[in-house]
Amino acid sequence: MIKADGLVKWYGGMLAVDHVSFEVQKGEVLGFLGPNGAGKSTTMRMLTGYLPMSEGSVSIGGHDMAEDPLAAKALFGYLPENAPAYKDMTVEAFLDFAASMRDLTGQKKRDAIEKAIATCHLEKVRHQSIDTLSKGFFHRTCFAQAILHDPPVLVLDEPTDGLDPNQKHEMRELIKRMGRDKAIIVSTHILEEVEAICTRVIIIDKGKLVFNGTPAEMCAKSAGAGRVTIRVQGVSKVELTALLEGIPEAGRPLEVSEQDGNATATVPPAEGRKGLAAAIKAALDKKGWSFDELHTNQGRLDDVFRTITSLDSANVK
Amino acid sequence: MNKTLHIIKRELASYFGSPIAYVFLIIFLILTGFFTFMMGGFFQSDEASLARFFVWHPWLYMLLVPAIGMRMWAEERRMGTLELLFTLPLSAKQAIMGKFLAGWLFLGIALLLTLPMPITVCYLGDPDVGPMITGYVGSFLMSGAYLAISGMTSACTRNQVISFITSVVACLLLVLVGFPPVTNLLLKWGASSVLVDFAASLSVMFHFESMQRGVLDLRDIIYFVTLMAFALISTGIILKQKRS
Repeated sequence: MIKADGLVKWYGGMLAVDHVSFEVQKGEVLGFLGPNGAGKSTTMRMLTGYLPMSEGSVSIGGHDMAEDPLAAKALFGYLPENAPAYKDMTVEAFLDFAASMRDLTGQKKRDAIEKAIATCHLEKVRHQSIDTLSKGFFHRTCFAQAILHDPPVLVLDEPTDGLDPNQKHEMRELIKRMGRDKAIIVSTHILEEVEAICTRVIIIDKGKLVFNGTPAEMCAKSAGAGRVTIRVQGVSKVELTALLEGIPEAGRPLEVSEQDGNATATVPPAEGRKGLAAAIKAALDKKGWSFDELHTNQGRLDDVFRTITSLDSANVK
Repeated sequence: MNKTLHIIKRELASYFGSPIAYVFLIIFLILTGFFTFMMGGFFQSDEASLARFFVWHPWLYMLLVPAIGMRMWAEERRMGTLELLFTLPLSAKQAIMGKFLAGWLFLGIALLLTLPMPITVCYLGDPDVGPMITGYVGSFLMSGAYLAISGMTSACTRNQVISFITSVVACLLLVLVGFPPVTNLLLKWGASSVLVDFAASLSVMFHFESMQRGVLDLRDIIYFVTLMAFALISTGIILKQKRS
C-alpha cells in the first residue's frame, strides 16, 4: 500500500534523508524508529506529500504522489507531529470540515463523524472549542480526523505523544486492531510501543535506513539475546560452574554468582549450537537439583537501538 | 470547486467565531464615518455624491485589509495546520482560492454595511447613482487586490507582525506611485512624463479614481484582476518554495 523508493531530502546543503526505501503492506504495522532529528518526520512529510522530495518517489495504493497527489492523499489519514488542529473550531465542526474535505456528505458524513467521536472517546468535548481542550483530547481530536474516512493507509507521527498511560494503552490497542486490515506506519521513540504493536520495524539514523525487519529480528541482534539465565537452589557457585562447563551447548564466558544459598548463572550459547535451555534442564534434572528460574533472554530492543544508532545524531537537527 | 466552498465556509466561520470580525467591522465603519464626515467635510461640501466617502478607501484599506490578510497563512504555519491542509486531498489552488475568497467576501460584507451612507445621500439630495455603483465596485475590487497582496506576504512568514508591516508597505507603494504629490515630485526630479504616467498607471489610485467618476472601464477591471491573479499565483509559488 505504501511504497517509498529512494527518498532523498536536502535542506539547503544538509542531507536530511538519504535514499530511504521501504514498503508497507496491508495488515502490517510498521514501526518507524530513530533518534530525534534522524529524519523521521521529514520522511513522513514526504510520504504524505507535504514536503516535496529532492529525489525518489512515493506511491500510496498505486498512486504516485508526484503525479496524482489528490488520489494518493485520498487514501490515507495522517496524524502530523504535535497533532495540529484548527483551534478556533469546536471538535465537531473540525471533524465536519475534515469529512467534507474527504468528500463525505449527508448521512455518510454524520455516521463517519459519530464513529470517529466514539472511537476516540470525544463525546464529552464534542461541542467544545479545540483550544480549551486538554492535551489528551486535543491529540485525539487530530487522530479522529485521521481515521474519519476509514482510510486503507494510516500515517501516524508519534500517536501516543502527550497521552497518559491509560490512553497510551488504548491507543496502542486501537492501532493494533486497525492494523489487521490497514497499512499503518507509526513513528515513535518509545520502544515498548514497537514490541506491543508493530509487525515490522525500520530504523533510520542520520537520514539513512539502518535496519528493516521484525521486532523479533531486532531483538535477536541484541548482545544479550539467546543467553539462558538459571537459578538453582541449595547449590554452591563451584558446583554449578562445574556442571555448566560440562554442557557442550554452553558457551563462554559463564557468569555465576551465589546468594542466600542459591546459585545464579547466565550462560551464552556456544557458537553454532542450539537447544541450550533444554540441555541445561536435562543436566539439572540428572543431578536432581531444583531450580526456580530458567529462561532464555529475548534481547532488549533498547540495547539494539543504542548499538545501531549513534548517540551524536540526537544533537543534529 | 466543492472543496473550495468548504474552505470558504470554514474561514468565514473562523472570522465570525473570533472577535476579529466584529472588531474589524466596527473599526472599519467608525473610520469610514469619521473620515467622510470629519476629515472630508461631507456636509460642508454640499454635494450629493459619495466622492468624499470613497476618496479615503485606498488609505483605509491600506491599514485594515492587511489586518485580515496577515493571518491567512502565517497563522496556519504557526499552528501547524498548514501541514494538515496540504495533506488533505485538496489542491493548493483550491486552498488558496478558498482562503482568499473567504477574506474577500468578508471585506464585501464590511463594505455592504456602509450602505446607509448612499441611502442617506439619496434621501438628502438627488445624486447621480452611476458613480455610486461604480465606486462600490471599484472599492470592492481594490480591497480584493490589497487582500491578495496581504495574503502573499502572509505566506512568507509565520510571524503576523512582519506579515502585517510588509503588506502595509506593499499597499502603500501601490497607492503612492499614483498619489499626485508623489507624481509631481517625480516630474520635478526630471522623470519623463511618459515614465511618470506609466508608474501612475500601476497605482490603485489611478484606476480607482476613474471608477469613482462613474466610468467602468474594462482596463481598470483588468488591472485589479491582474493584480489579484499575480498575488495569488505568487502565494502558490511561495507556499511551495517554503515547504521545500
